[in-house]
Amino acid sequence: MSLPGQPAPVGATEIGTTSPAAVGAHPDEARIAIKERLALLRRSKSFIAGSIIVGFWVLCAIFGELVVKDPLISDPINDLIAPSADHWFGTDKLGRDVFARVITGAREVLIVAPLATIMATVLGTALGLVTGYFRGGVDDVLSRMIEALLALPVIIMGLLIAVALGPSKTTLIITIGLLFAPIISRTVRAAVLTERELEYVAAARLRNERTPYVLFGEILPNVTAPIVVEFTVRLGYSIFVAAGLSFLGFGIQPPTPDWGVQVAEHYGVISGGFWWPVLFPSLAIATLVIGVNLIADGVASAFER
Amino acid sequence: MVFLAAQVLPGDVGRRVLGPFADQASVDALNKQLGTDRPLITQYWDWISSFVTGDLGESIRNRPVSDVLFDPMVSSGKLALLAFVIVVPLAIAGGVVAAMNEGSFRDRLISVGGLSATAIPEFVWAVFFILIFALGLGLFPTTAQFPDGSSVFTQLKYLLLPSLCLVCVLFGYIARMARAGTIEALDADYTRTAILKGLPRRTVIRRHVLRNSLLPTIAVVATQAGYLIGGLVIIEVIFNYNGIGQTLARAATQKDIPVLQSGVLLVGIVYLVATLIADILYSVLNPRVRLGAAE
Repeated sequence: MSLPGQPAPVGATEIGTTSPAAVGAHPDEARIAIKERLALLRRSKSFIAGSIIVGFWVLCAIFGELVVKDPLISDPINDLIAPSADHWFGTDKLGRDVFARVITGAREVLIVAPLATIMATVLGTALGLVTGYFRGGVDDVLSRMIEALLALPVIIMGLLIAVALGPSKTTLIITIGLLFAPIISRTVRAAVLTERELEYVAAARLRNERTPYVLFGEILPNVTAPIVVEFTVRLGYSIFVAAGLSFLGFGIQPPTPDWGVQVAEHYGVISGGFWWPVLFPSLAIATLVIGVNLIADGVASAFER
Repeated sequence: MVFLAAQVLPGDVGRRVLGPFADQASVDALNKQLGTDRPLITQYWDWISSFVTGDLGESIRNRPVSDVLFDPMVSSGKLALLAFVIVVPLAIAGGVVAAMNEGSFRDRLISVGGLSATAIPEFVWAVFFILIFALGLGLFPTTAQFPDGSSVFTQLKYLLLPSLCLVCVLFGYIARMARAGTIEALDADYTRTAILKGLPRRTVIRRHVLRNSLLPTIAVVATQAGYLIGGLVIIEVIFNYNGIGQTLARAATQKDIPVLQSGVLLVGIVYLVATLIADILYSVLNPRVRLGAAE
């Protein structure tokens, strides 16, 4: 049995099962396939739980500023006050309200991580399509370059790029985008390698379609499932790396409220018993990352058989 | 393959680290002192040829780079080793248990819990552990930097929390591979044959399942060595541990390029050696590879 929208086993086309070519040809069937996946998603508990958590942080990122105190106003007299009715999460060492900084801190990471992941996905998909489709020399050269790029830990590469370009939000996005692109391209390449042998690709070639059309018009729609799964998984890692680099001082720069920066600024006072400026941003990162991972888990089980 | 990677890596690291030099052309004085106003190729050649002979040049703080890097390498080695010693048996056991109870609650707990733990950044784990075990229960110190000349036991006490953070992040990957490998091996024909032969379950698991399932796991453990080094950077900074990670982070902050580039190259070499060791282990454990090479 092959679900609509999934690559049919070779030979199944003759006996009238839905083939990937038919999905490309009939938008109706493609729509049904998407609907079925969305229905699967809606029933996935982990997807729902993840969406609620991530949705909460997205709301905080967009509207947080209107609800809480100004996260930038410092009040040095009232520094490091323990959580109280006035300051729910206490104040940090500059007397800024930790609750306000945690709520508004969602914004930067929710701008950086998705943009970086989109960049990585677009680059990685293009790279994966080209290397998987042409194989041979192009594939060899590009794959070796990718291997060299992956030979160093992401955080170390991030340090190097940040030193080269100077730390900023743009650098952070570009760094993560560039570093994750090869990882995504490997997944896409593997999917393309099986797709290119299928009949609809041969048919398109015989119709004398131009190569870019074959790549992006014919093959791309049939490898969207692994790309979507990869996107959600990478989104989690983007947050991981963005938080790590911000913590090290090579990501988002103070005084912008950001969880990684907050932890970096205050882990020094933790041994003095001032746990609140460190614990709350840490919890925020943990919940966001778990939320994104739950979504990724749901997407993976809905999109992969 | 390792040889090929070795060929590519130093060149790539060199270019990559030398890239920043070009951007810093505005910092003329510093550039002249470092000799970075010369063509990139010349710089690269000088650097790589002296690297081979063990002369790593001078840090911008006027200390020989090899001195700056040596002690931290040893310290980081201790930390990484402790993390590995804890995580590898734990994760393999976890993965095998999950696989034997596939689909059960215990399996879900290990798989989903492990992956969630993996996704949480190291410094967040560090904060949790410091708050609970160091401040809450007062069992461990909040830093990792043990006093000079302290006993092995004291050192362990200082290093346990930081290595636990690394364990949390690594556990998920390794357990997932062990689980996938074990499930595959449990399904294999040879396992069925072994069971049908009437071998005791323990023997089947040990001799037929584990031996096959742990091969891909070992490969993953080696690739995680690369990640581990990245994790060390963050963990060493938050626990104020004088290891290679903190040294690199400090070099990056101070734009101490000589330390940074040699440090990164060293890290690359460590990573390569780890891959090589994994290849060797793989062939020791897998007779098929060994026989193939002998022919």
